[in-house]
Amino acid sequence: MIEFKLPSLGAEMDEGTLLEWKVKPGDRVKKGDVVAVVDTSKSAIDVEIWEEGTIYELMHEPKETLPVGTVIAHLLEPGETPEHAEEEKRRMAAEAKAAAPPAAPSPAPVPGLVPAPAPPSAEARVRASPAARQRARDLNVDLAVVTGTGPHGAITIEDVEKAAAAAAQPPDRATEMRRAIAAAMARSKREIPHYYLATDIPLARASQWLTARNEQRSVTERVLMAVPLLKAVALALKRYPELNGFFRDGAFVPGAGIHLGVAISLRQGGLIAPAIRDVDRKGLDELMRALSDLVGRARALTLRSSEMSDATVTVTNLGDQGVDLVHGVIYPPQVALIGFGKITQRPWVEDGKVVVAPVLTASLSADHRASDGHRGALFLVELARALQDPEKLDTGTG
Amino acid sequence: MDEQALRNAVFDALHRIAPEIKPADLEAGTPLRDQVDLDSMDWLNLLDALHAKLAVEIPEADYEKLVTMNDLLAYLKRKVG
Repeated sequence: MIEFKLPSLGAEMDEGTLLEWKVKPGDRVKKGDVVAVVDTSKSAIDVEIWEEGTIYELMHEPKETLPVGTVIAHLLEPGETPEHAEEEKRRMAAEAKAAAPPAAPSPAPVPGLVPAPAPPSAEARVRASPAARQRARDLNVDLAVVTGTGPHGAITIEDVEKAAAAAAQPPDRATEMRRAIAAAMARSKREIPHYYLATDIPLARASQWLTARNEQRSVTERVLMAVPLLKAVALALKRYPELNGFFRDGAFVPGAGIHLGVAISLRQGGLIAPAIRDVDRKGLDELMRALSDLVGRARALTLRSSEMSDATVTVTNLGDQGVDLVHGVIYPPQVALIGFGKITQRPWVEDGKVVVAPVLTASLSADHRASDGHRGALFLVELARALQDPEKLDTGTG
Repeated sequence: MDEQALRNAVFDALHRIAPEIKPADLEAGTPLRDQVDLDSMDWLNLLDALHAKLAVEIPEADYEKLVTMNDLLAYLKRKVG
């Protein structure tokens, strides 16, 4: 039997509200299938499953707010019978009971039996008609927090329905997102000893190359300069893996791939940094499609759970806003952030002559616990070098 | 296509990208990107939408000519004919 737990979808997430199940008992699922929609402080996220099996039972109802790590569904492994799953459940419940302190034993669920909802003590003190109580159970409303408008302050069916409608209102997204960003960034500045480096990168070759590449293409097939920049970051990170990964429990853990979190500002305020996976292995057209899709879905708030939790490093591009240099704040538990400023025409010395060239300032904010300035500097030099060879950036599939 | 229809098409495409703007607030002679928060992805999406709606090709080399709403409207008018 597989226990499917509510995943963490970001450094600051400790709970989520189940909005919708996308599966029902009996459905077969495979890796990457979306099984539920969960509301986090940042947005509603499609939660994917990473195991194969058949949904056996859903443990929680929509609208419930649950801590990260809560088992929300049980699945049957391929070939597993329901009888075997029940046996597993009994065994796990017995283990949990043995592990729990004797004063508060957790009641083992009786397999196959729907427990009658015992009225909680708070509910017993509340005045409400039996019909209102039934409606409250149906709608998952806690009567203790409902204001009654009936005789002697008794709770009516209408009161229950109003309370359910109020609970279904989405939280104030802007406030929630501000709170989430505040928590992650305060943690970053509290815990991470940042060091900052920057270098100017001439982009004459890369921009000429990209202009020629885009010239023959319809607007739908053009690639933005942001895309070769992402690819160059990924290729440079391959050589400096200590910048790609996480600092967890006092040690650096390298990322399993090069998954770039792309900082995307939202029009209504706030930002989100979902990941494009395996950027080092993708061609420029494929990356452009991925970026375009990601920006569109981030702004429509329809991201997937893997995109929210997979990033191994973050890239922020503030050039469109007209700044030259970014001193970025690392998104914990990542260990580095690469920032790009505006591409401007500047005097540049080449072969002993001053020429006018498009130049970009790239910066690195890195966690001094995981890497040193020497390696960080070499990374930026490698990034600048990679951008002088634009043809080589266009490798990979698609 | 008459000028008003063209204007509506542009505003409609722009509004899909930047829902916060109102056509009345836009000054047609002032650079568009000074008035609307458009990054390069938004700009590309705007041109993509105009391409789909009006069947015009807008080469990248022409981007620099398209600064204000007036520039854009005059350019599209020539292209659409």
